[in-house]
Amino acid sequence: MQTTLEPTTSFEVSDKGFYGHFGGAFIPEMLYPNVEELRQNYLSIIADPSFQTEFWQLLEDYVGRPTPLFLAKRLSDKIGATIYLKREDLCHTGAHKVNNTIGQILVAQRLGKKRIVAETGAGQHGVATATVCALMGLECIVYMGSIDMERQKPNVDRMRMLGATVVPATSGSQTLKDATNEAMRHWINNPVDTHYIIGSVVGPHPYPDMVARFQSVISQEIRKQLAAKTGRETPDYVVACVGGGSNAAGAFFHFLSEPSVRLVAAEAAGQGVTSGHSAATTALGKPGVLHGSRTILMQTEDGQVVEPYSISAGLDYPGIGPLHAHLFDSGRGDFYAITDNEALAAGFELSKLEGIIPALESAHALAALSKMNLKADDVVVVCLSGRGDKDLSTYSKHL
Amino acid sequence: MTQELTQNRITSLFTHKRERILNVYFTAGFPALDDTVTVLRSLQEAGVDIVEIGMPYSDPVADGETIQQSNGKALENGISVKKLFDQLADCRKDQPDGPISVPILLMGYINPILQFGIEKFCQKCQEVGVDGVILPDLPLDLYLAEYAHVFREYGILNVNLITPQTSEARIRFIDNESDGFIYMVSSASITGSVKGISDSMKAYFERIQAMNLKNPRLIGFGINNHETFDTASQYANGAIVGSAFIRHLQENGTSADSIRAFVQTIRA
Repeated sequence: MQTTLEPTTSFEVSDKGFYGHFGGAFIPEMLYPNVEELRQNYLSIIADPSFQTEFWQLLEDYVGRPTPLFLAKRLSDKIGATIYLKREDLCHTGAHKVNNTIGQILVAQRLGKKRIVAETGAGQHGVATATVCALMGLECIVYMGSIDMERQKPNVDRMRMLGATVVPATSGSQTLKDATNEAMRHWINNPVDTHYIIGSVVGPHPYPDMVARFQSVISQEIRKQLAAKTGRETPDYVVACVGGGSNAAGAFFHFLSEPSVRLVAAEAAGQGVTSGHSAATTALGKPGVLHGSRTILMQTEDGQVVEPYSISAGLDYPGIGPLHAHLFDSGRGDFYAITDNEALAAGFELSKLEGIIPALESAHALAALSKMNLKADDVVVVCLSGRGDKDLSTYSKHL
Repeated sequence: MTQELTQNRITSLFTHKRERILNVYFTAGFPALDDTVTVLRSLQEAGVDIVEIGMPYSDPVADGETIQQSNGKALENGISVKKLFDQLADCRKDQPDGPISVPILLMGYINPILQFGIEKFCQKCQEVGVDGVILPDLPLDLYLAEYAHVFREYGILNVNLITPQTSEARIRFIDNESDGFIYMVSSASITGSVKGISDSMKAYFERIQAMNLKNPRLIGFGINNHETFDTASQYANGAIVGSAFIRHLQENGTSADSIRAFVQTIRA
């Protein structure tokens, strides 16, 4: 596969790590040497031919890329526009997360790191991290909120089967944001031999940019596949769900500088934006600093981080990546808040219409379609970021 | 140095005392909301040189379990940046027990301060008599680029951290851009997780000692008894006690006698 990870857009990160007003590296001095080592080296490591060869080979032979771009005919008829699904659900481990963990473990090896630490919410990123650690023979420690460990037991078992140590995060609200705090603390305590594989386009610079580059394979493939199928490289819309926003960053990446392509982000409204049980960050949040970057986050008037809620554990995060904060702030992206019930309905609909059971996260992106006032000649690509196997117990309660 | 900084209590402390400086940390609004000034006064009466008041935050990534839990409890109690300034409003003024004269540092994370407003925060610090801040997730580079002029205008010191992994060039940069003192984190760690002072820590202390920095240095993280305070004081101008004092408050309450006993144990 002939390809590159170079950004081509005016929405690329600045050398200080900012997207517009958002980003940067708000980190304690204890993390400075690690983050600085990564910042100084990630671009040259990624550009190195040996990295490129290994990365693309693994994406092809291990992850199963390119993933198909599927014309969803019955869904298209139902919605009244041409809908393509980018099938990230067919990636090894069941979601796009592995694109990033493959890239980061290759970076970690080239930095001479011997251990990997990661955070996980629903467990998808934890599984993707444990998977590449098994593949490369590196020690793997995954922090997971103790409440999430109960909610997502099958993924805990998967990680353990893959040889990872899963550590319950017992601080704070015992969910994803606390698992992230604990993983950062672990990195502070083990600065020399450990690499922290962040699972989304969040965290201090260079993480948002690095993760976006690894996920950008999604939009790179979309362009080629769409051109082959329709004769045009660019759709009218690209739609993706946003928790931290890694699948969205990957799906948007190669369209960022083309205003003719509207970028649509579906956030989790939970029980409703104003219900007090929501994760609709751009609707409810304000600018602030979370997990090392300036972004938009849900917080109290006093600047304490608010615990979000969504039926989908992967969208249950109080912030968004700084790139997405910039897309929202600049008007480049359209943000929709999708409730639990709307997402469930979209998940059931896709299952019946196309024979594809989507992850609840991806179901939020599908649910945005009916809110977008699409025209009959619109061409839309939806990033189907993951498969729904992990969500069966939730779906089954609503059958 | 600006006019304001020459009058700063921390700056003037170091002009007349250079040895065995004891800085004690506690969390605002902990164990009970209204304990802040009580604990502050008891620490002053017990003879500590600097008091560091923690501004609680929901996600304190540089802190270990003890301080995290005290942050959580204080937030439940209803503490906020605004509430803390209300509590400190009169502490420098004449009152029956005498005014608070000990230098005060506020330690906390940047987000609550951004929401409060940077300028308003500095203004309130000056108004109530706070001398400096420690903001671990505001790195020096970003501080200098965006906020330093405001802190300087109000005479508020920004205390920076160094760790065993900090490069010599960066230590020089930090020393050059710091006023007050440098906070030497004793080892690669979060607060409350360090047990004793190892030989590799001593080697790091000696390496920094030999750099002849312009700023005084206080060692923090792992300072929890007389022995560790004594050792740290041999290599720096003094030390900072945090988690050990929070545990003491949890176990023994906030009486002036108990706080005096704790400080005496450290100093011996």
